[in-house]
Amino acid sequence: MSANYPSFNDTEPLYIQIAQWLEDKIVTGQLRTDEQIPSTTELSQTLKINPATIRKGVSILVDKGLVYKKRGMGMYVAENANQNVRDDRRVKFYDDFIKPLLSEAQRLGISSEDIIEMLKGGTEK
Amino acid sequence: MSMMEFRSVCKDYRKKTALAGVSFSVAKGSIYGLLGRNGAGKTTLVNMAGNRDFPTSGEVMLDGENVRENDRALRRIYCSGAEELIPTYMRVKDVLSSMKYFYKDMDAEYGLKLCERFGLDPKKKLSQLSTGYRMIAKDIFALASGAEFIFMDEPTLGLDPNHRELLYKVILERFSDTEAAFVISTHQIDECAGLFERCLILKEGRLIADEDSDKLRRSAYVAEGKAADVDAFTAGREVLSRTAVGSLCSACVKGEPQNVPDSIEISQPTLQQLLIALTGGGE
Repeated sequence: MSANYPSFNDTEPLYIQIAQWLEDKIVTGQLRTDEQIPSTTELSQTLKINPATIRKGVSILVDKGLVYKKRGMGMYVAENANQNVRDDRRVKFYDDFIKPLLSEAQRLGISSEDIIEMLKGGTEK
Repeated sequence: MSMMEFRSVCKDYRKKTALAGVSFSVAKGSIYGLLGRNGAGKTTLVNMAGNRDFPTSGEVMLDGENVRENDRALRRIYCSGAEELIPTYMRVKDVLSSMKYFYKDMDAEYGLKLCERFGLDPKKKLSQLSTGYRMIAKDIFALASGAEFIFMDEPTLGLDPNHRELLYKVILERFSDTEAAFVISTHQIDECAGLFERCLILKEGRLIADEDSDKLRRSAYVAEGKAADVDAFTAGREVLSRTAVGSLCSACVKGEPQNVPDSIEISQPTLQQLLIALTGGGE
C-alpha cells in the first residue's frame, strides 16, 4: 500500500474496506456534498489496488446513493450522503461497537453498572 | 477481447517434470498473480509463453494461433525474467530504441521517462547497473514494450521498498492506459495482493487454483483455540495446514466456517497465509 494511505486489514474483502474508507471521508466531512471523489485511476494507483476492486468498492457507494455519476466527469458526493452514512452507521452501532464491548466486558467480569459509570466518566471529560 | 490460452502445457526436463499439464487462459484487461513456491514451474511457464522454450506437449495459443515460432503472435507478448537475454554491454537507452524493431508499439520515450522516475541513468550499460537497477531496467523494458500480454517473472527481485511501491504504481498506470494483460509472478504476496484481480497458483508443476483473488482468500478460514477443541472442530473438514504452539493450535480450513463452537476463534487468512497452507506449509 501507499506510504501515506492506510494499509487495509486482512479480515474484510478489499472492496468493502475501500467503500468504508470512502464513507469515512464523507462522514468526517473530508468529502462534501457535490464534491468530486478521487477517480478509480487515482485511487488504484495511490492505494496500489486493482481498478476492478476499486470499481467494486465505489459501486457499493453508488448503490447506497451516496455518490452519483456525472457523465464524463466522474463521481460526486450526493446530497445528504453524510446524513445517510450516519443513519446507516447508527443502525449498525449496536452490532459494531456495543456487542464487542459487552462480550469483552463479560470476559473480564465488568458489570453493566461499571460500564455505565465509565461511559459517564468518559462523556463528562 | 484478446486472450492467451495455455492448453495442457507439459514440460519435461531430463530428470524433472516442470509442468504437468497446465491449462488456463489470460485475457487483456486483467492483472494476474502467478504464485507458487520455488521450483513450482512459474518461470518455465513464462518461458513457454514467450517461446523461449517449447512445451513437451500441449500448446500456448494467442487468439487461436499457436505462439510457437510465430512472430506475429510473439510481437504481442513480452516476457521478462531473471535471465540475461539482452547483451549486457548494451546501454539502457539503446535497448529501448532497438526494441521497436520487434515491438511495433514500443514507446522508447515513455521508457526514458520511467528511467527518470526510477533514478536510472539510461546512458549506463546493463553491466554497469547494480542488481536492483538491472531488474528495474528489465521492468522498464517490459512496461514500455507496448505488448498486449506482459509476463513479469519476479519483477521486484532486488528492489528496495520505495522502488517496489513505485513499480506497483507504474504497473497500474500502464495497465489503465493500455489494458494490457499483466501476469506477474512474485513472492511478495501480501504487498502485491491488491494488485491482482485473479490468482494462478502452481504447485509442483500443476495449477491448483485459478480464482478471483477475493474469492480465493475467502475459500478458507483460520480456526484457533485449544488443540483438542480445534482438532474436534476440524475433524471431517479439510485442513490445509495446522500449527501447534504448546497446548494451542491454529488450523487453516477449507470452506466456510459453520457451527463454530464458542471455544474456537475464526479469522480470515491473508493471501500469503493461504498460499503457504495450499502449497505445503512452512516446513
